[in-house]
Amino acid sequence: MISENCIIQAKNVVKIYKNGVKALKGVSLNVMQGEVVVIIGPSGSGKSTFLRTLNHLETINGGNIIIDGIELTDSKTNINKIREEVGMVFQQFNLFPHLTALENITIAPRIVRKMDKKSADELALKLLERVGLGDRGGSYPSQLSGGQQQRVAIARALAMKPKIMLFDEPTSALDPEMIGEVLDVMKTLAKDGMTMVVVTHEMGFAREVSDRVVFMDEGNIVEMGKAEDIFNNPRNERLKQFLGQIL
Amino acid sequence: MNKNNLFKNFIWNAVFVSIVGLLIFFVYYSTKKVDYIWRWERIPSYIISNEKIDIRAPFEGVLHFEGKTIVIKSTDGSKTEKISDYKESLLSDNTDVYEGDIVAYDYKYKIGPLTWGLWNTLYISFVAILIAIVIGIITGLSRISSNIVLRKLSVTYIELIRGTPLLVQIFIFYFFIGTVFQLDRITSGIAALAIFAGAYIAEIVRAGIQSIPKGQMEAARSLGMNYFQAMRYIILPQALKRTLPPMAGQFISLIKDSSLVSVISITDLTKAGREIVSSTFSPFEVWFVVAIMYLLLTFGLSFLVQLLERRLAASD
Ligand SMILES: Nc1ncnc2c1ncn2[C@@H]1O[C@H](COP(=O)(O)OP(=O)(O)OP(=O)(O)O)[C@@H](O)[C@H]1O
Ligand SMILES: [Mg+2]
Repeated sequence: MISENCIIQAKNVVKIYKNGVKALKGVSLNVMQGEVVVIIGPSGSGKSTFLRTLNHLETINGGNIIIDGIELTDSKTNINKIREEVGMVFQQFNLFPHLTALENITIAPRIVRKMDKKSADELALKLLERVGLGDRGGSYPSQLSGGQQQRVAIARALAMKPKIMLFDEPTSALDPEMIGEVLDVMKTLAKDGMTMVVVTHEMGFAREVSDRVVFMDEGNIVEMGKAEDIFNNPRNERLKQFLGQIL
Repeated sequence: MNKNNLFKNFIWNAVFVSIVGLLIFFVYYSTKKVDYIWRWERIPSYIISNEKIDIRAPFEGVLHFEGKTIVIKSTDGSKTEKISDYKESLLSDNTDVYEGDIVAYDYKYKIGPLTWGLWNTLYISFVAILIAIVIGIITGLSRISSNIVLRKLSVTYIELIRGTPLLVQIFIFYFFIGTVFQLDRITSGIAALAIFAGAYIAEIVRAGIQSIPKGQMEAARSLGMNYFQAMRYIILPQALKRTLPPMAGQFISLIKDSSLVSVISITDLTKAGREIVSSTFSPFEVWFVVAIMYLLLTFGLSFLVQLLERRLAASD
């Protein structure tokens, strides 16, 4: 099933870590342009690993991945091209602590895209306003709350004008009162038509904005479907068990 | 409570001062015992001296004063010489002078050998530190590179340098490498020091890089930066900031270790001290002054590093 507007095509992806752990045992997933896919699953099921293979932060040991028509091989040019098209947001934010919020956003466009300082600053300001932090450009990450840091991290990824955004548990490290502000930014992004793959346990978010929910267990995708179907009529036993634990 | 603390502080400070005082007295007493004659008055001239310079008449003639300017007219009237740059003259108006007579004195400051030694030590250390930083960063990066050749080369270099005495390395550099490549003493000395310190800085840099969370590199790579861009703009700035304190220690060691280059006849501060001792027989004064000059360099460096640390602390 190779469709015209299929922006991510992962086929039988296998990942074996150096210590012998088989984290992915043949994962296949196609994501359409503009689709929002939420990945859920128990700890250690391979969610992060799968997400990280999509922008080659992990090399794969089997199968293949095609992002926007470019095959993810070991060729360096392809990898860098794909990384520019795929933005990633991490659980631990991973902001650059030695740079201000504004510089965190401008650095990649300036270095990778050779954008001049003025346009980069303008772009960064626009993005900061979009995530509701227009006045915090001069702050260092240590001076921002967790929720603010994660919003800067989203703005930073958006600055490279990616076609796909990957989120790995973006709200798991946040205090409860800050989860909402980050989810709101993600919802707006989804409404604007961004293709998103999101690992999260925020069921509200999954119900509200996701087009599809994928359940992973022990390195496999075991079930996928619309949020209502997955949450209301789970068929797989492991999924039932999992939902019982988190709901 | 507070008063009590103040009192305690006072007592302990007093104890500190008395111990230092006691030590000074001990030094004084021991020099008394060996009949050492302190001649501190000799020392300043080795730092900077005010030398008397004779100004002599260039030809035979008559000397006049025009205001403060000395004017000498030659006997046959064909030549005149005006001298205004002088400090004192012993002659009076209308004096006959012969060629070569001293007509006035001037005083000029002359930099003494200790100051030269200090300058040489500063110069050698400064250049060696700069080169050592470059070597250290390159080696530190190679040490954690995925390339086996780079990794093994850097480990070999680090182990060789750390496993042999600096003095031996300086000799090897001067007598072997220096001869092969026709290096002068100063270059050999600087190279030996830089390569020595570079090995230690490499380990500091490696530790610094490894102390940066993996997520930083991943975030940089996920934004499309290549390995070198990520290192240059994201990892190294953070790592170098963290390594500033051990780095400063290494720089201070290098300044002190630079005294070893005196063995290949470089007139650094230590060599200058040795030469002065052998001509004045005032070893105590000279070595105290030399020690103080080293302290000036190392304190100055510590101070600069502290300033830098405070500036970089903006993001904490
Ligand atoms: N760098 C690594 N080296 C070796 N094994 C790893 C590494 N990263 C993950 N693993 C292993 O791979 C498996 C899948 O891990 P992964 O992080 O993808 O799970 P996850 O679904 O994201 O879990 P969580 O919900 O806890 O984040 C686990 O067994 C984990 O121990
Ligand atoms: Mg994970």
